Amino acid sequence: MKIGVFVCHCGTNIAATVDVERVSQEAAKEPRVKFSTTYRYMCSDPGQNLIKEAVKKHHLDRIVIASCSPSLHEKTFRKCAEKAGVNPYLMEMANIREHCSWVHQDRVEATAKAIELIRLALAKVSRNKPLEYLYIPIEKKVLIIGGGIAGIQSAIDIAFANYPAVILEREPSIGGRMARFDKTFPTLDCAACILTPKMVTVSQSKHVTMHTYSEIEGVKGHVGDFTVTIRKKARSVDINKCTGCGACYNKCPVRVPSEFDMGLGKRTAIYIPFPQAVPNVPVIDRQNCLWFTKQKCGICKKICPFEAIDYDMQDEIIEEKFGAIIVASGFTQFNHAVYGEYGYGKYKDAITGLHFERMANSSGPTGGKIIRPSDGKEARDVVFIQCVGSRDEQKGLSYCSRLCCMYTAKHALLLKEHNKDAQAYVFYIDIRAAGKNYEEFVKKVQDEYGAVYLRGRVSRIFEKSGKLIVRGADTLSGAQIEIKADLVVLATGLVAQPDAPGLARMLHIPYDRNNLFTEAHPKLAPVETITSGVFLTGACQSPKDIPDTVATASAASVKALGLMVQDRLQREPLVAKVDAKTCSGCFACIQACSFTAIEEEEIEDKRLKKKRLIAKVLEGVCTGCGNCTAVCRMSAIDLEGFSNRQIMEEIEAL
Amino acid sequence: MRYAYFPGCSLHSTAKEYDLSTKAVAGTLGIELIEIPEWICCGATPAHITMHLLSLALPVKNLLLAKKMDSYEVATCCAACFNRLKVANHFMENDSVHRDKVNEIIGEQYSGEVKVRHFLDILINVFWLKNLSERIIKRLDNLKVACYYGCLLTRPGEVTQFDDVEEPHLMDDLMKILGVEPVDWPYKTECCGASFSLTKTDIVLKLSGDILQMAYDEGAQAIVVACPLCQSNLDLRQAMINKKFKKNFDMPILYFTQLVGLALGIDPLKLGLNKHIVNPLKLIKSVGVL
Amino acid sequence: MKWFISHDTLRSLFQETLEKDCGEKVSHCYQCGKCSAGCPISFQMDYLPNQIMRMVQLGMEDQVLSSRTIWLCASCLTCTVRCPREIDIAEIMDYLRRRAYKKQVIPLEETEIPLFNKIFLRNIELFGRLYEMGLIGMFNLLSGEFFKDFSCAPKMFLKRKIGIFPHRAKNIREIRDIFKRSGKLAHSKKDRLLHPKLLFLNLFRKFIGKIEKLK
Repeated sequence: MKIGVFVCHCGTNIAATVDVERVSQEAAKEPRVKFSTTYRYMCSDPGQNLIKEAVKKHHLDRIVIASCSPSLHEKTFRKCAEKAGVNPYLMEMANIREHCSWVHQDRVEATAKAIELIRLALAKVSRNKPLEYLYIPIEKKVLIIGGGIAGIQSAIDIAFANYPAVILEREPSIGGRMARFDKTFPTLDCAACILTPKMVTVSQSKHVTMHTYSEIEGVKGHVGDFTVTIRKKARSVDINKCTGCGACYNKCPVRVPSEFDMGLGKRTAIYIPFPQAVPNVPVIDRQNCLWFTKQKCGICKKICPFEAIDYDMQDEIIEEKFGAIIVASGFTQFNHAVYGEYGYGKYKDAITGLHFERMANSSGPTGGKIIRPSDGKEARDVVFIQCVGSRDEQKGLSYCSRLCCMYTAKHALLLKEHNKDAQAYVFYIDIRAAGKNYEEFVKKVQDEYGAVYLRGRVSRIFEKSGKLIVRGADTLSGAQIEIKADLVVLATGLVAQPDAPGLARMLHIPYDRNNLFTEAHPKLAPVETITSGVFLTGACQSPKDIPDTVATASAASVKALGLMVQDRLQREPLVAKVDAKTCSGCFACIQACSFTAIEEEEIEDKRLKKKRLIAKVLEGVCTGCGNCTAVCRMSAIDLEGFSNRQIMEEIEAL
Repeated sequence: MRYAYFPGCSLHSTAKEYDLSTKAVAGTLGIELIEIPEWICCGATPAHITMHLLSLALPVKNLLLAKKMDSYEVATCCAACFNRLKVANHFMENDSVHRDKVNEIIGEQYSGEVKVRHFLDILINVFWLKNLSERIIKRLDNLKVACYYGCLLTRPGEVTQFDDVEEPHLMDDLMKILGVEPVDWPYKTECCGASFSLTKTDIVLKLSGDILQMAYDEGAQAIVVACPLCQSNLDLRQAMINKKFKKNFDMPILYFTQLVGLALGIDPLKLGLNKHIVNPLKLIKSVGVL
Repeated sequence: MKWFISHDTLRSLFQETLEKDCGEKVSHCYQCGKCSAGCPISFQMDYLPNQIMRMVQLGMEDQVLSSRTIWLCASCLTCTVRCPREIDIAEIMDYLRRRAYKKQVIPLEETEIPLFNKIFLRNIELFGRLYEMGLIGMFNLLSGEFFKDFSCAPKMFLKRKIGIFPHRAKNIREIRDIFKRSGKLAHSKKDRLLHPKLLFLNLFRKFIGKIEKLK
């Protein structure tokens, strides 16, 4: 066994605190070490060449690199070893930067510790076995969870590359929140005008399948081979027979508040949420349909010329395989009913931004008129309150929801456009308009549309003689303010969907204390998760406006396509292995495995001359976490690359 | 039901009718209120403004007196006393630094074991509204009142643990049981000026004037209170408010206990209804109770 | 320009001291202004509550302690229950008043409230329970408003809402001990506020004010 030790200066990162030359000399004295040297930057090209030449010259068969954390450069040095003709798994790293030079000041002690760390690595590498990469096949299909603008954009990008995409949407139509918006900031494009073409592209693409009115029930497997269980809820309308003629909902006698219109308008019991819905197939709301509640009516079934109505339709559970998953499950609005000082959500004329969007929409429930929901009169004095729920540790969220400043400015502008006599008052704490042309937009709203911006949070809203009295302050002038408002629009923050934690657990992805999904790295891997093959886009990761959502959607699609274009996936061979002879078949490991990577397997025991059950690790699924090795009472499971012998050797070298 | 009763200074002077009516109601309902012997002032606002330790030591002294009566629950009517007793208990329970200091001052050991309840809370959550409704003799129909809670009864929520901080409703619930119609008004917890009655009378006149105006606008015939400070600011100062703002409010300011007493059929004089500056008897007669 | 904030002011330990002594994180304040928006007394204040928080953050101890605002706070706790940063603003006001007492920096134009508090506590120290007649009489005498609320008196007497004689507590010794042990300030005998010079100044000021009104 001929081991080479390569000690890195990392500029002054290591060399300033650790005497690297001494470390190298000490390492050279260790048994089996045939060569030892230092270099300024071992990861650089010259550094790697130095390793390759040393391997050739001294016939080294194992390598220890004393430098930074393996999470940074393990891959680099594995490749380097491979190119030098050494099995990449006969290379070990001693972390003398993060674990030593960065956290110590005393040069003598740090040097001693660095030597110690190298001795551990030497002990381990002497027990390393050459390992070969694993290869797994890839299911060439991408699942997109959520059919809002994020999911739609991802589907378009994936379909454009001629790979199949499946959109899973829980509502009867795709479109998400954006479909409810009137205009978009800062350009004031009509939201429907820019969204519906994309929805149509999706519906016409031969590569895209849509499961609308469907929910995800379970996810099994791993990158390249996810098995997803989907519940297709009973729509009560046969999607293949329906032509979208509308005869059914035109004749339906039931009227209930429309969820799409935030309760400002009515819909029928058999309905499409909005005219441009995709697919243009109605759904029966069984809670309110007379047939389902009272076994009466049945008009829609009688009237449908295509016999598409099916009252007996049942939920359907399907299983599909995917190679990658894009999570685009979006957000929901903060519920302002927790604010007692704002009336616990009981004032009809204190609405949210999304209500305002529906009212401002000319095809919306009020035909574009900004009215008071309480009496239907046109609103003149409208108070906008920003940061409702956001930036409020006491009652809401600690974070800034990022778009409320902009959408409130847009609302103030739209108000003036819809009613020349109206006046907008905006209570804000800070204006955060850090996008392209955003600041200019806010200025325009103040200068040209006369919106009065008041710096302060509102303390109280109450009703008096049909008006909402808003008590706030303007901290810039140091004055209290009272406004008699016709309408109050609360810029409620963006929060994670209530079922986000459940979805995260299904997908094995982490989420933060606000239930927002956590990216693999906040700067360098913003659309990846730590579970390979699962990507994030849109507001399920953090509040995002439309431009940012579309950008992350395309980014996530590229990441997914990066997997799709490969013939097979290379994986690290650092997985658990079962020793069939010692495994007693207690299956404690199956309980311990959080990735369902262990199965029961029947073997022919030659010694006992009978068949028996033992554990079997699915190499493609195993992540090498080591849970199973810890619980195995027979020590029958070992983790490749971190075997019990390797670890024991390390401990003994201490 | 037995309680150590802490009336507080006001109930022995300016708010005598509160004390009378509370005792009368408790007596009728069989709630035993035994006055803490030799109780002392809770320190009110001046204490916590001036000396933090004193503002804890004075209430704790009273709680210790109650503890010696073998009574582990104190009943009080004054919202300010209630607040100070609750705050002191909160500190003695949760803050070991202050607990040690206060115990040293008092020379005894106390760690917040005596529970403090407002009489309103006792009526509603211990006696239960349902039981109360069975004892009502005269329903006070045709009376519209504004229930005014003031600041100190509910705030801060985590200390008083009494009612909703922004929209309290316990008194309203109680009124409904008596047949009284509580108006839905926004000034339930607005400040009346409280302790500034003597020092900053102008502030009190403005704030109390606003409260009277709002109650009047919302159609209330009287304001019902649970705090002697609120009562004196709204009642005693009403004439001055009328003079200063050129109004002619004639709004009786009643204690909730007085209305409960009337509904239980207690004689108005025993409830101290003759002790108000703004005479409530006219109103009470007009709704047909007398 | 109202003030100049010097480098020394910014480096003063006012905020740290306050946070340590009363346990409230003024540094959390991000100036949303909700406290000022809901404050019932702010129409009388020289600085809004949010401005006081800012001045504490910047170390402006002299300006804060000599402000009228801290004395005008009615301790109604509206700000405290609504603060999105969970700062007990009313408690900070209490702290500032206590500090102002300690440092004897009470603004001359706002002596009524500190004076009242002192007389109130002295009253309790003497009688155990509040002796209203004594309190009102003493306050009117020392604040120079001799006939304040005179019109209310007959009604109060007639309704027997106010007693002429104080309550005599049996445990008065214990009460005085509590006051004594609670600290120097609680024991109000030797208070600067009750110093003849200050009282005289106060009375004189009131007298001048009355004369000017008459003119």
